[in-house]
Amino acid sequence: MRRVVLTGAGTINALGHDVPSTLQALREGRCGIGPLQFRDVERLAIRIGAQIKDYDEAAHFTRQQLALHDRFTQFALIAAREAVARSGLAFDGELGPRTGVILGNSGGGLSTIDDSYRAVFEEGKNRVHPFTVPRLMANAASSAVSMAHGLMGPSFTVSSACASSNHAIGLAFQMIRSGMADIMLTGGSEAMLCFGGIKAWEGLRVMSPDACRPFSATRNGMVEGEGAAVFVLEDRDRATARGAEILAEVAGFGMTADAGDIVMPTVEGPERAIRAALADAGLNPEDVDYINAHGTGTAANDRTECAAVARALGPQAERVLISSTKSMHGHLIGGTGAVELLACLMALREGIVAPTVGWEAPDPDCPLDVVPNVAREARVAACLSNAFAFGGLNAVLALRAA
Amino acid sequence: MTTRERVIAIIAEQALLDPSDVREDMTLADVGIDSLGVVESIYAIEEAFDLTVPFNANDPQASEFDISTVGSIIQAVEGLVAERA
Repeated sequence: MRRVVLTGAGTINALGHDVPSTLQALREGRCGIGPLQFRDVERLAIRIGAQIKDYDEAAHFTRQQLALHDRFTQFALIAAREAVARSGLAFDGELGPRTGVILGNSGGGLSTIDDSYRAVFEEGKNRVHPFTVPRLMANAASSAVSMAHGLMGPSFTVSSACASSNHAIGLAFQMIRSGMADIMLTGGSEAMLCFGGIKAWEGLRVMSPDACRPFSATRNGMVEGEGAAVFVLEDRDRATARGAEILAEVAGFGMTADAGDIVMPTVEGPERAIRAALADAGLNPEDVDYINAHGTGTAANDRTECAAVARALGPQAERVLISSTKSMHGHLIGGTGAVELLACLMALREGIVAPTVGWEAPDPDCPLDVVPNVAREARVAACLSNAFAFGGLNAVLALRAA
Repeated sequence: MTTRERVIAIIAEQALLDPSDVREDMTLADVGIDSLGVVESIYAIEEAFDLTVPFNANDPQASEFDISTVGSIIQAVEGLVAERA
């Protein structure tokens, strides 16, 4: 089987409009959560989120492009552009057909849906914009990235709620490993910060009204974010032959289903996914130095996640560093695993583990080293990135330093 | 219908029970309502009484709205109705 490496990364999220600014924020433990700003926000009970600041869509896209691209597609295109530039690749000639795009997404073009429903229901209009469907479809971002870069290999969108990005990256990894493609652009994007998007989450009563404090005894729920991260995955021999800078190796992938409850996670499902990722990567618990947690800041997730890590790693769980960067960039739902992979790259490449900010007090149900509030220097040779979705779908990536 | 009867009717419907089988000393777990059912019951109460119930599923015990028993829920709803009047 071929080995798979990362040779490019790009992002836009509440912490920064590119990878260097995002990593700087993660190092500093800076929180991107603040008051939400969009139409009808005053009708919401939850009014905070990790919104992308100073975003000028006209600076990135033409008027014609903006007519076709919902925010979640715009974010994916911006992240993909940075990732491709970083990789130094061009996809003309034979490379285009050997390269594909798999992105995670959960909500589709939610602002487009919101605006269109508002027009027909609230304003009584009988006409919507002609591009409403190509804007709102969940595969719009993957398709737009494929068109922008001439990528003609296996391409589609993966939707598994909060695990979408990890499932997407895992599938892209398997496709290169098996020889189906030589290069894949993968990651995820999400833009749910609009009235309807937050109103729906409000209904479930799991959102925090004031802050995201994962693993802290004082946690009171999740906070939503928005944005995208896209990575270039490449056959290792190919990347080495062309002298590419290798950012890290994708070493393994594990996925399981709880087959339990639609919203309450089990311990066993995540535990089995962690074990599967380790086995697939050929790693032992003592090899893992860092885990980027799913860490939503809800009562249910954080407790079961810590139990799953403790069971999967055994005594090694006492040593491993585990942090939730959702405390800074918010929960990007279908895009979250992609942005969180940046924290894994920082740990592997720079030896800096991003903190869990907003942490106030220990919770006996979360007795792990959660790197509270301040980044930590540590030698990280291998790490995991957890994603556990509503619907009980679990996806864990294992990475190794280049 | 009194507030008490309406709350019991909502809980009974959620629990697939006859209202006469729901007693005030019962917990929601006793009547067979799980965490999702709690959220749905609170939504039904809000809709029925046109109220906003302060409830966060991450920490049900900490909220001002006491859901420990059927009786405490009735009292809490009566309180919110009185507050509004």
